[in-house]
Amino acid sequence: MMAPAYVGWIAIFGFAIMLATGIWLEEPQRILNKATRICLDCMGIG
Amino acid sequence: MMRRRIQLLCVFLLNCWWAFPFSRSIYRGPLKSVCVPGLNCDSCPAAVGACPLGAIQRLLAAVRPGMAAGGFQPGAYVLGMLGVIGSVVGRMPCGWVCPFGLLQELIYKLPAPKRQIAAIWRYGKYLALVVAVIGLPLLLVDEFGYGAPWFCKYICPAGTLEAGLPLMLLKPELRQMIGLTFMIKLLVLALLLIWMSITCRPFCRTICPLGAIFALFNRISLFRLTHDAMRCTRCGACETDCPMGLQPWRHANQTDCIRCLKCMQSCRFDAISWQFADMPHNSIKADRSPPIALLTRIDN
Repeated sequence: MMAPAYVGWIAIFGFAIMLATGIWLEEPQRILNKATRICLDCMGIG
Repeated sequence: MMRRRIQLLCVFLLNCWWAFPFSRSIYRGPLKSVCVPGLNCDSCPAAVGACPLGAIQRLLAAVRPGMAAGGFQPGAYVLGMLGVIGSVVGRMPCGWVCPFGLLQELIYKLPAPKRQIAAIWRYGKYLALVVAVIGLPLLLVDEFGYGAPWFCKYICPAGTLEAGLPLMLLKPELRQMIGLTFMIKLLVLALLLIWMSITCRPFCRTICPLGAIFALFNRISLFRLTHDAMRCTRCGACETDCPMGLQPWRHANQTDCIRCLKCMQSCRFDAISWQFADMPHNSIKADRSPPIALLTRIDN
């Protein structure tokens, strides 16, 4: 059963607000700080 | 063919830091704040973006110390980005962007006995998402309140292949740190590589938590497939070509559908098409008439 298209538009709107909130909370900067370091855990030697 | 070109282009765009043999390290520029919609380890020496799964786990692993310091990070940025992409195209990034998906499709072309997998294993990816990506990083913490990225640490084959092995070559000092965990990850990678030659996209079907997140959006996304039962002869051509082992003629928008559109190409009667926000894609060609079997059925 597929949801009508307006559900998709509502979801986009909701997640766009969430995305903007994350940017406002400076989450990209935190992600940048972590992702620019070599992740030893990801390599399996952490 | 166009999809393969886009997949190769995405592999190149997501991994375009080709200065790593000289810097002997990973890219540290501002693009690393952007999460890419595919499984591409951010510790890969050539990667220019961040892995959304890694970002989610790191945010969750640091929730308690963050709250103690008054700086709660709810992960709205990563979830918002994945949610917007998922709401527009559903699981399409798995079929068109993800470098690990491309790798699996290429390995499946190797000559080997081919096997399908039981449908129950498809739930494994939701288990991996709930347990290894969300639950354990959030709940199992050390004495300082920090969790660990469990999926990255013990499972993720992309991390072993794209980050572990290349960085071992680039940085010899890392080889001294190899232990049991690395061996386990190497074994997981080796088993998956063998499985990829037998089953198409086994990791996407059974383990990938990112695919599990995007799969949740397949039923509500603006981009969706349509199946015209009046044109369908149930010949099974779409099912044979589906890289995820689905039956598009039963349900065109199953949660596991990666919207690669192979079913659309394989259908001789144009029974499968796509639409965006309820606006149909006009791909029905005039020279393709409804099948004779169908006409017979209607006559009867």
